[in-house]
Amino acid sequence: MKIGQAFAYTANHEIDPAKRTLVFLHGAGLDHSWFGLQSRYFGYHGYNVLALDLPGHGKSAGPALTTVPAMTDWMMGVLDKAQVQKASLVGHSMGTLISLDCAARYPQRVERIVLIGTAYPMKVGEAYLDAAKRDSYDAFDIGTIFGHAPRVPLGGNPNPGMWMYGDTQARLERLAPGVLHADLKACNDYTLAGEVKCPTLFILGRRDMLTPPRAAKPLQDKIAGAKTVLIDYSGHSLMAEAPDATLDALIEFLR
Amino acid sequence: MAGPKYPGFDTLALHAGQSPDPATGSRAVPIYQTTSYVFRDTEHAASLFNMERAGHVYSRISNPTVAVLEERVAALEGGVGAIATASGQAALHLAIATLMDAGSHIVASGSLYGGSHNLLAYTLKRFGIETTFVSPRDPENFRRAIKPNTRLLFGETLGNPGLDVLDVPTIAGIAHAAKVPLLVDATFTTPYLMQPFKLGADLLYHSATKFLGGHGIAIGGVLVDSGRFDWDASGKFATLTEAYAGFHNMDFAEESGTRAFLLRARREGLRDFGACMAPMTAFQILQGVETLHLRMPRHVESTREVVHFLAAHSAVAKVIYPELADHPDHALCQKLLPKGAGAVLSFEIKGGRPAGKAFIESLRIFSHLANVGDAKSLVIHPASTTHYRMSDDDLRNAGITAGTVRLSIGLEEAQDLLDDLDRALKVSQK
Repeated sequence: MKIGQAFAYTANHEIDPAKRTLVFLHGAGLDHSWFGLQSRYFGYHGYNVLALDLPGHGKSAGPALTTVPAMTDWMMGVLDKAQVQKASLVGHSMGTLISLDCAARYPQRVERIVLIGTAYPMKVGEAYLDAAKRDSYDAFDIGTIFGHAPRVPLGGNPNPGMWMYGDTQARLERLAPGVLHADLKACNDYTLAGEVKCPTLFILGRRDMLTPPRAAKPLQDKIAGAKTVLIDYSGHSLMAEAPDATLDALIEFLR
Repeated sequence: MAGPKYPGFDTLALHAGQSPDPATGSRAVPIYQTTSYVFRDTEHAASLFNMERAGHVYSRISNPTVAVLEERVAALEGGVGAIATASGQAALHLAIATLMDAGSHIVASGSLYGGSHNLLAYTLKRFGIETTFVSPRDPENFRRAIKPNTRLLFGETLGNPGLDVLDVPTIAGIAHAAKVPLLVDATFTTPYLMQPFKLGADLLYHSATKFLGGHGIAIGGVLVDSGRFDWDASGKFATLTEAYAGFHNMDFAEESGTRAFLLRARREGLRDFGACMAPMTAFQILQGVETLHLRMPRHVESTREVVHFLAAHSAVAKVIYPELADHPDHALCQKLLPKGAGAVLSFEIKGGRPAGKAFIESLRIFSHLANVGDAKSLVIHPASTTHYRMSDDDLRNAGITAGTVRLSIGLEEAQDLLDDLDRALKVSQK
């Protein structure tokens, strides 16, 4: 559905004030459908689901935002328009930074956060940033190859008949010039202001080459009581590479 | 960060889509000869049915062995995914049925496999889908034939049997200007010789019966989506961008912009039309795909020898092969098919139909049958077989005469093939 200029996937449901709300926040260069199976599950299991397309991504128009706090504020505007007072946030990669930022700056609006494939600080390699700045296809190659576990091109996709590399490339190719660079720079530049005190779950892939589990350690140490689920065989694209394990971890934490 | 590298074509042909079976360690792709899959519990069952979890429910919709073939061909083509079907014809039908309703229109190349021509010219017409056939030699013919209700441009990468080279980049540009996708039948070229998505095509399919399998033992098709066509921006594809009552009011493009076509094709097309591939067939075709990168160069090499032999033969009036300088698409062939123009060629035998009959019946190694792309060399007379339902005008437009003979060059010793052809040609002229 459209909420102002923003697109939110709701799994074909209207927002019900009586239900708990989950907000799904995608990573750099991606869109709401990266959470396809998981967001659909919760939408059909008693939650309000708002799987957002950030500006300049998927079905949301407008120029890409250039800082994580700006993304947070944009998301809060969407929640205000949707009259959602409190929500749990499920972020992937760049979306985890928005979740952290929101939990630190608007603690009264955040119930729980889930950080899927995260690192803090989320420093982006110079080669990746530079390629994205030039709108070079090299950036899509880096995102595609390092965005999955090494076994992915040679292994079976849990989604029958789908080719994960091809799907990632096709998504990235749809981006307007400059969008991927804006996202990556926002990740690279972000500094968390404040503390996160809400219940937090980390879902990490042991084979993640963009945000390896060790890169999440400083953050895990900062958030008291945070839980972690480490998925042994997955890379950075956990929702696609390990859809059931990711969903099971979400169900357990959010119930 | 080290430079990223994709696995090469040869590696993907052998591995894409399959890890060793976790249950048994089987290195080869197991044949999951099962109709259905046990659910963990009722909740799991409901989630699978509602596309909340990945997995298999019923082998008409998906099967683990078939999924390996689908993922592997998608990887070789650079698509987002694929659906394997009961035949190449089923793949063509699935593509069309997924994209459009009665009242729609297709612009198709006139140089098509006879079966595809039948489907478009006669069968789909009964269901309200009209096709305008155009000569593919001038891409502008496609543009001129586009109407407000056109929903698809379609052609074969190498036309049948005149071996017209489809100008994929130009025709894709014409399609996209009209906000419709370009579908190509890539059977004759295989992903080894041409990757149509890199040239701008949006959808493609193979008769996997042919070179992908390569052994002439299994009928199958594979439909692949590039994931690049923007269905929402086009605004012409209600089947993909509006709520579908047949699946919980799902808006497929809302579920995923890149997967919308395959979602609907699988969730509606395989579910309702049911032209799925059997797991044994998928296994057999996979055995062929694993050596595609070795077979195709040999096919092309031997074809070139045959082409040059026939071109110099006194019993041959004309040889039709795009690598020849006198072929109308020679320059385009050099540009789009640098690794070779495939293993199918046509030629005109002197003496017309009687000579053709004598030639075919005198061959010893070439098998007279209705197929191409086998490891064994094949021969057929299109005017009396594959294209026999076409009118004289349509035949002429497709470049077929009573003396046209089509060869599919296999993997035998090339000299043996030349000797066989020479002997039969001599008999034909007596």
